[in-house]
Amino acid sequence: MLIGGILVITRRNPVHSAVALIVTLLAQASIYLMLYAPFVAGVQIILYAGGIMVLFLFVIMLVSIDRSIRERQFNSQWVVGIIAATALGGLFIAVYSKGKDIFPDRAFSVAEGDNTQKVATMLYGQYMFAFEIASLLLLVAIIGAVVMAKKRI
Amino acid sequence: MDTMLHITTLHYLVLGAALFLLGVIGVLTRRNVVIVLMSIELILNAVNLNLVAFSQLWGGLHGQVFAIFVITDAAAEAAVGLGILIAFFRNKETVNIDEVNLLKW
Repeated sequence: MLIGGILVITRRNPVHSAVALIVTLLAQASIYLMLYAPFVAGVQIILYAGGIMVLFLFVIMLVSIDRSIRERQFNSQWVVGIIAATALGGLFIAVYSKGKDIFPDRAFSVAEGDNTQKVATMLYGQYMFAFEIASLLLLVAIIGAVVMAKKRI
Repeated sequence: MDTMLHITTLHYLVLGAALFLLGVIGVLTRRNVVIVLMSIELILNAVNLNLVAFSQLWGGLHGQVFAIFVITDAAAEAAVGLGILIAFFRNKETVNIDEVNLLKW
């Protein structure tokens, strides 16, 4: 999974990056299965690896990649970017090495059989309002994408 | 031996942090807007991994529900971002973020 992530940010050709991202997403779906979350794993495969990646590939085909492949791949402030990322990595290492004892060693075993049913009950019960807001957000995103991609408004 | 092979929540968190770092590096250093958007997807996936790991740690399902909401947001963000990218490419014939400088004084 990490290899896929590294490939995403280092490949020169965006199509290769997209394929590496698909590998990463599928690996993550298997990790969801390890964490007893089959519904999220299914959503991950269908929505991410199926839907969003098709969108990415369409856009890669729409914009011409021939010129950008030959150009410089990293932007002008990449040194600052690497420094900032290294600082963030140091922060992560410090936090996780100091606080690794606060996590209990055992994990609750969650029944896997009715996972989807329980998620659906919570989604339509406790998180009803957030669910409606999410659908409104998707509507706004559809309208926004159409308006952005239109030639003349 | 058994304790060595046991995968705890911390392992998932470290994996999520590494993935998050890869996404941050991609966002900060790459020039191609498509790859920057893919790196944002990596960051969102790292967050999702943490949410599901904590959901399993505490035995609830709230984290998984939130992960689904994050996936929804990622879909919306990808759609709008790629729409902006197409509009930008039509104007400037490039996908390099170094040339997105209309707001720079």
